[in-house]
Amino acid sequence: MSKSAYATTDEKRDRNIVAELRRVTKRFGDVLAADHLDLQIREGEFLSFLGPSGCGKTTALRMLAGFEVPTEGDVLLDGEIVNRLEAHRRPVNMVFQHYALFPHLTVAQNIGYGLKQVRPRLPRSEIAEKVSKALELVRLPGFENRRIWEMSGGQQQRVALARAIINEPKMLLLDEPLAALDRKLRKEMQIELQNIQRSLGITFILVTHDQEEALSMSDRICIMRDGRIVQVGSPQDLYDRPMNRYVADFVGTSNFFDGRVTSVSGDLAEVTLDAGLTLSGRPIDKVSAGQAVSISVRPEQVHLTRTGGGEGQLPVTVHNRIFLGEHTEYLVIHETLGEFLVLAPRQSELNEGPFNTGDVLQASWDAGAALVLDRN
Amino acid sequence: MTQRTRNLLLLAPAGAWFLLMLIVPLSVVFIFSFGERGPAGGYVPALTLEQYANLPARWAAFRNTMILAPTGTLAALLIAYPLAYFLAVKVSAKWKMTLLVLVIVPFWTSILIRSYAWIFLLGGRGIPALLDWIGIEGVRLINTPFSVLVGIVYGYLPLMVFPIFVSLDRLDKRLLEASSDLGARPWRTFLQVTLPLSIPGIATGCMLVFILLMGEYLIPALLGGGKVFFVGNALVDLFLQSRNWAFGSAVAVTLVVVMLITVTIYMRFISRVGGTRDDVALM
Repeated sequence: MSKSAYATTDEKRDRNIVAELRRVTKRFGDVLAADHLDLQIREGEFLSFLGPSGCGKTTALRMLAGFEVPTEGDVLLDGEIVNRLEAHRRPVNMVFQHYALFPHLTVAQNIGYGLKQVRPRLPRSEIAEKVSKALELVRLPGFENRRIWEMSGGQQQRVALARAIINEPKMLLLDEPLAALDRKLRKEMQIELQNIQRSLGITFILVTHDQEEALSMSDRICIMRDGRIVQVGSPQDLYDRPMNRYVADFVGTSNFFDGRVTSVSGDLAEVTLDAGLTLSGRPIDKVSAGQAVSISVRPEQVHLTRTGGGEGQLPVTVHNRIFLGEHTEYLVIHETLGEFLVLAPRQSELNEGPFNTGDVLQASWDAGAALVLDRN
Repeated sequence: MTQRTRNLLLLAPAGAWFLLMLIVPLSVVFIFSFGERGPAGGYVPALTLEQYANLPARWAAFRNTMILAPTGTLAALLIAYPLAYFLAVKVSAKWKMTLLVLVIVPFWTSILIRSYAWIFLLGGRGIPALLDWIGIEGVRLINTPFSVLVGIVYGYLPLMVFPIFVSLDRLDKRLLEASSDLGARPWRTFLQVTLPLSIPGIATGCMLVFILLMGEYLIPALLGGGKVFFVGNALVDLFLQSRNWAFGSAVAVTLVVVMLITVTIYMRFISRVGGTRDDVALM
């Protein structure tokens, strides 16, 4: 799985750039919504803007769509600067957060809306044919004459998607498209969106605050914070090599231990934790002695054993145990490090018997699995 | 207290008012319309269609009303829509309230006083004098259909602006973005999204203004100078001057019937044009 995913990423590196942000800044009065964004969007990729609300991800999307004009910098589509090109002249379409379907039009009229604007006019039969094809693509065949308010949230979502792809845009922009759906439906739509993206080969740009959504669907993720891009990379890149604590925290779950760098030697850095302990880990970015850092250890990187007590092993007490089937999640307590999470495969309990609440165990991880990250 | 008695109690004041002030007087008028005029005026009971046969005598009043009420409604709509659009879409939230209040301010003064102001403005020493001075001579404005039209549009404009403003103000602005995103130029977005979705406001505004104009009395009396009169003026004349209550009642009943017919046709038309749930609810 990981091998093939990496292969597609490499392949895409050679493809054309469909859109680009160059030092793009957007101010709304005193608010700096986007701060010197630099990003190249590749043809046919699935890119997500991920970040908390107010991080500027929607502003970035709206500048690509043509709803906002950048205060500074340039937005490029197909190599041309389009800063002031109106939305209706851009070969880009959008799926809006609450769908923004036209309440006075039928499903077919909503989907065919984009085709109706084409000049010279398309024949009605061609529009009808394309609409019914689009409805088949989003698995709503025969819904042409329904009214929008007769549709469920999930169906409206599909109509919005069909409406946005009917003009075969260069890029499809999706603004939190799944936020209003319940969990089960969201999962289904995630898979469907990916399938549609692959079958159409259109560049998809997704804005979301849901890390799981971004991780499961994207070829690349652009992590944003306070109007800035923090890191861009494939989901694996971001998970394995986060630039700083913010990224590690946003992508997946991690345990953080705060401290200061005492020394750096080769691949590893020695960190004295605020709690007093000294741990070593692998810096992702350059670190220097005295720098405030966090050591990040993913729960699945921690090994639990019943016996041991050797070097690098931490005695911990099991505080809570949640059985998840193939994995078990433990909340353990170390007397100086405090609480942290461990995700152990079923096999470790099969080998050593169930770890119950109150058991004293030995926790350990490879030094290379502990990442030394800038605390910002 | 059961739900039913509570509902009845809640409806009682309005119901009593409706019965006493609308149903009873209308019934009286209806009965009077089949009677005869007494020798010294007033009403003598009878059962005759004579009064209805006499209706053509007041044809001019009906004609004026049936021409000027729709024309006035249309003129008010054409002026009010851009204004409401500007207030709802273009003005910042900060200024919206202030400008809306300015639209109602004229209502704080009696229509009588404001109409007198128009008598002066449209009269010989007003705008015609000004036109005369710049070389356009012999323009007469007061006591013409035009002056009545100016008066009614001026008087009823706010009633048209508000419903349209409300429908445009609550229009989801993302729909406009969606339209633009799908390739529609601004003008096409207006025709395909904004206009159809503001039909409930247009319908309400037109209905309010049209119904009130059909019964208008004051403005034609002041600005029409007895030359351009509505059915309302004819009624005042019949009841108070000639004291022909029977004929007046027949004219009143005819006006109510004409109004019912036009409003029904109008509602049919509107519910066919606008197909959204909002419009249905409005009806």
